[in-house]
Amino acid sequence: MTRSGLTDEEIRNEVTQWLDENWSSDRSLIEWRNILVDGGWAAPHWPEEYFGRGFTTDQAAAVTAVFNEKGAVGAAQVGPRRLASETILACGSDDQKRRYLRPILTGEHTWCQLFSEPGSGSDLAGASTRAELHHGKWILNGQKVWNTSAHHADFGILLARSDWDLPKHQGLSYFLLNMRQPGVEVRPLKQMNGHQSFNEVFLANAEVPAEDLIGGEGNGWAVATTTLSFERRGFGRRPTGGGIQGPKKGRVYEELKAELAIATEPYTWYPQREGRVDLVLPRARETGAIKDPAIRQEIARLIGMSTGAALASASVEAKRMAGTTEIIPAGSIGKLAASVIARQASHVHTMIAGADAMLSGAESAEQGTIAEILISVPAISIAGGTDEIQRNIISERVLGMPKGHRSDRGPFRDIKRNVS
Amino acid sequence: MQAEFSKEQQLFRQVVARALKDNSPSSAVRDLMASDRGYDPAVWQQLCGEVGLGGIHIPEAYGGTGFGLIELGIVAEEMGRTLYCGPFFASPVMAGLALLNAATEVQKEALLPGIASGSTLATLVLDDLNDPDQAGRSTQASDHGRLTGTAGIVVDAHVADLLIVVAKTRDGRGLYAVDRHAPGVSIDSLEVLDPTRKLSRVILDSAPGEKVGEVSDEALHRIWDQMCVALAHEMIGGAQHLLESTVEYTKVRVQFGRPIGSFQALKHRCADLLMELELARAVVHHAARCLDADEGEPYAASMAKAMASETYMNAAKAGIQLRGGIGFTWEDDTHLWFKRAKSSEVFLGTPHLHRERMMTVVEGL
Repeated sequence: MTRSGLTDEEIRNEVTQWLDENWSSDRSLIEWRNILVDGGWAAPHWPEEYFGRGFTTDQAAAVTAVFNEKGAVGAAQVGPRRLASETILACGSDDQKRRYLRPILTGEHTWCQLFSEPGSGSDLAGASTRAELHHGKWILNGQKVWNTSAHHADFGILLARSDWDLPKHQGLSYFLLNMRQPGVEVRPLKQMNGHQSFNEVFLANAEVPAEDLIGGEGNGWAVATTTLSFERRGFGRRPTGGGIQGPKKGRVYEELKAELAIATEPYTWYPQREGRVDLVLPRARETGAIKDPAIRQEIARLIGMSTGAALASASVEAKRMAGTTEIIPAGSIGKLAASVIARQASHVHTMIAGADAMLSGAESAEQGTIAEILISVPAISIAGGTDEIQRNIISERVLGMPKGHRSDRGPFRDIKRNVS
Repeated sequence: MQAEFSKEQQLFRQVVARALKDNSPSSAVRDLMASDRGYDPAVWQQLCGEVGLGGIHIPEAYGGTGFGLIELGIVAEEMGRTLYCGPFFASPVMAGLALLNAATEVQKEALLPGIASGSTLATLVLDDLNDPDQAGRSTQASDHGRLTGTAGIVVDAHVADLLIVVAKTRDGRGLYAVDRHAPGVSIDSLEVLDPTRKLSRVILDSAPGEKVGEVSDEALHRIWDQMCVALAHEMIGGAQHLLESTVEYTKVRVQFGRPIGSFQALKHRCADLLMELELARAVVHHAARCLDADEGEPYAASMAKAMASETYMNAAKAGIQLRGGIGFTWEDDTHLWFKRAKSSEVFLGTPHLHRERMMTVVEGL
């Protein structure tokens, strides 16, 4: 019997009853999450054969709401692990789904994404990490970069070149890599704002069993595109629910807190890279800068842009919900707007701070937050596809402008690459 | 407050767009901008009569259709797109909104039906078009309703039957109706930067006016806000046209053996324009909804006017630049929109003034 016809009310009742019978904060986190997975409530929007209930997004939201009300802990979801689980769910074999999905939900395995390379950033399909099949195992050699959470990850989703004689998009394969092996070395990468949110990963004869290639040999680009579509939808970033607010006591909360501390650590400066528009008016009032005619002009510009961006994205969301078929240019346009807004906010914060913007650290404006904004905003127009790439996408896919000249056709081995 | 256009509003937009596409091609715009009158009475009557555009925002009790600023905005946006030449902005928008906000019931019943049907051409005479706080200060009304003063720029006064004048009275500001043929009224056509919008100087020398209402500061700001929102719609319509026509041009113009639209320098400028237009459009549509519902940001109208002004000018500048030499010729149509963009940028307050006006409100929140 399909369960998709359940009303919110029926779902609420069922979840409430199940939690009343099973939820206890005295268990260990992993023990609780195993009960959760067995009960089928860890990922209700997943298919029934893979730990889920085939619920719609709305039905799943009803489940989450009850969990939040009860303060019950849900499945592990912070960080890149959801990019892995959604990709495996969409493209993996039955065997891969059975082996990998459960420990992701329980939090026993953490994951990282191994896509970008020093030689292929914007041009992701130009990856040159080498994958060669020897005696039933894939042997990987190369270097990856910008790998959030790689320093504690158990597994990585990895894009590598398995055939150098095919055109670049066709010679890629996608692997599930065990990070806990001698051929994998992870080094933290320190950014200009002092944080170390990312890593470099060096692969020297790292091994992947043949059964851990996902989506078929040579289909790596299609699988990577699937992952990227989840990434653009905001999966695999910040916490979404999970119930640690408030003074909650019990072993499960303690362990969850520790898990989240590790998983969210790379993202603490992310609000600052968006410019902290929320701080502009309070700072302008507090410092008296709101009386400065030049600063007023810039604040008004900023308010206009960020109001416009919020309205435009709400409108897109409404159209999506209504199931429109028109081309919605939201993703790239929204990302480009976020860059412009962040830069304008940084500009205004600079005007407000004046010479104080020469300082950083706990004694500087807003306990260092303003300084962190000023040196973090340059990331917003790079991460997740540079502004320049977004402009290419907007002009070609939304405005229908002709594609530019390409010099990367033909066998990959003949294409000009970065020399290292 | 509604967040999206309803099905009916979308259909209405299609009807308006079709009527304007048929009646306001660029060949017609060129003929009319070269004429003294500046509009085609037959087309105007058709738009007001069959399509009912003149009274779209005027309540049914006064001969209109009874919709709001959202629908008025749809009309203005489509007119801005085709650069429609006619007394729409002067008569139903400026004079109509002034009467709706400030006239007495009796006067609304008397004056608005003619404006709605298009049979009366009215215009709003303001002695300052830069700043609502300065408007209606230099034109004086005597206790006997004699008006004296000069309005340096009045839209479409050269064809108006009825002048709606904001003038200073002993204890505030009043709204007056003046017959254009009355003694003491002189109207001189001006040479204009944007020939698709005809402008005149109106000099009143003890001209007889009938007082039709009081204009409080609040009412004047509301009228100004509503006019700005209508103008902002016109501007984003024009910007949309410029973006579309410019992109089309870059697809067909070939240099160095490829369409110039394949060069990133041009693509990126167009992508930035689209982003800017999406934000401005969202704010402009939002402003009409805010004013109709009397909710939302109290500075929405100024925010819309400031953003639409800069977006339109940026689209106009890019429209000329990306066409290269042909874009600077009289023969190419782009300059028609460029001139409308420039004249709209400064009409009813520069972006600078509107940002300051916004901040005055923001500061008090």
